[in-house]
Amino acid sequence: MTPHFIRALAALFFWTCAAHAQLAIEITGAGAQRIPVAIVPFAGESALPPGISSIVRADLERSGFFRGLELPPIVPEPTEATNINYSEWRSRLADALLVGSVQPRQDGRFEVRFRLYDVVKQVPLGGVAYTLGKDQLRATAHRISDFVYEKLTGEKGVFSTRIAYVVKRGNRFELQISDYDGAGAETALASFEPIISPVWSPDGKRLAYVSFENKKPVVYVHSLLDGKRRVIANFKGSNSAPAWTPDGNRLAVVLSREGGSQLFMINADGSGVRRLATSSGIDTEPRFSPDGQWIYFTSDRGGTPQIYRMPASGGEPQRITFEGSYNVSPRISPDGKTIAYITRNPAGKFQVALLDLSNRQVQILTDSDRDESPSFSPNGRMILLATVINERGVLSAVSADGRVKQRLSTAAGDVREPAWGPFIE
Amino acid sequence: MRAFWYPVMASALLFGCATEDQKPAATAPVEAAKPAAKPQAVESKPVTQVQAAPRSGATAFAALKDPNNILSKRAVYFDFDKFDVKDEFKPLIEAHAKFLRDNSTAKMLVQGNADERGSREYNVGLGQRRSDAVKKMLMLLGARESQIESVSLGEEKPSCSEHTEACWAKNRRDDMLYGGEY
Repeated sequence: MTPHFIRALAALFFWTCAAHAQLAIEITGAGAQRIPVAIVPFAGESALPPGISSIVRADLERSGFFRGLELPPIVPEPTEATNINYSEWRSRLADALLVGSVQPRQDGRFEVRFRLYDVVKQVPLGGVAYTLGKDQLRATAHRISDFVYEKLTGEKGVFSTRIAYVVKRGNRFELQISDYDGAGAETALASFEPIISPVWSPDGKRLAYVSFENKKPVVYVHSLLDGKRRVIANFKGSNSAPAWTPDGNRLAVVLSREGGSQLFMINADGSGVRRLATSSGIDTEPRFSPDGQWIYFTSDRGGTPQIYRMPASGGEPQRITFEGSYNVSPRISPDGKTIAYITRNPAGKFQVALLDLSNRQVQILTDSDRDESPSFSPNGRMILLATVINERGVLSAVSADGRVKQRLSTAAGDVREPAWGPFIE
Repeated sequence: MRAFWYPVMASALLFGCATEDQKPAATAPVEAAKPAAKPQAVESKPVTQVQAAPRSGATAFAALKDPNNILSKRAVYFDFDKFDVKDEFKPLIEAHAKFLRDNSTAKMLVQGNADERGSREYNVGLGQRRSDAVKKMLMLLGARESQIESVSLGEEKPSCSEHTEACWAKNRRDDMLYGGEY
């Protein structure tokens, strides 16, 4: 990556207010320098409103890396087949250029082609052709955004990923799944009792969560393809805090069946429960490191809740956090190098902290005061979290460097318990 | 899974109509991870029995609802970050322990709660510590382990929703519920 792009990493991010989306975005933190990209309206895209180029532009701008240039009408419209006059685009201050076209096909579907250029180096960066139906417009645009993002930054984009979260309206709780930008929200589960702790299976096809529909916490695994759900832990006492192993075959859960809140392993079909650790305190919020070697978790065995880790095969836990009297909800970054968690500062504010495992440096990323449930984007660039603004639960996001903050809220109700899904292959 | 709880309700209702000669305790549905194994069988029969004999045998059950009886009180409150049962609640727990001892078919669900501050899952742990404390005391006073299930609702079911210390104090609470009441 060029220094130029590295600087741009500081910038912001996400969520649009698509007409049908329930979630609305508000940018609350400023971005740094962003890469100017000319995104030319695709020739013929009016056949697929609101137009592929506008969705791509919104994606790229929300990522915080890019700034879409305002373009005057260009006649004739350049397409992926046009010869590019680099010096002309350079004079428009574009560092990169995206052009494309949409062609209707005889079968009622469409063919979309695009090509991306590095205007500074004056080289084409490639392009792809897709055929799609009308209902695949947003998904296709997000794939184009992912292509552009990866070519220009060297990292995978998260535009095709999804998020899960819980909305509370009155006494009704809904577990919802939406695109990363809040569009296309669907309700996977509605209940008159609380739902907490959703976690995505590594393949993105299932969610594990805790539902209180039986007047106590019970762990379910819910298949998003067919809506089928299975109880995987309903032992005497409380069953909570599920966490998938990286291979998606098993989960760590917290059970009170033998007294206290203790860590157990269980197969994804609910069989083969076995105890993982024994402590005199509360052990909860397990999370596996991406390589599956470690389990990070919250424990108050030392008197106050702190983050510990232990080998996934069992063994002696090591304490990880030392600053402060309340450090909870560890989430390991996708590269395994940092941990996001919630810390309570001396003024009693709960904020997102990031711990660098290599040098044990801690950085506080937020300035809100009731943060909960951090969740890394699958490329590790952003952290989604729940917080409370004006007595309402909202989702918020902060870049892993803390410089960019955004907020997401619904028209009515509290939103909480966000979980960012994995890359979809 | 809702059906899973019908047997609890059923045995509680049943239990109002007989002080002797009764056996539904064997189904003990709170025991565990055999969801919905036998709900249909239990579901259908006890309903008629409840209405059949609410005169003499109902007295024990009625005591739970009688506002003049200590057994109608079900809440135990805890101090901030504390999990030991305060002295003022000991007579209440003694009364419920005696009730459970005297009525071996009675089942109790102890739901522990925490105030809203901090992690939801850690608060599930704190609520569990509180419900375990009451369960342990009930057992020390003679209730049987199989009669009591202690669970946690964490911060999820506050009885008071303001963000004040007075309200949080109300939410640091155990509720003792008998079969049929939840």
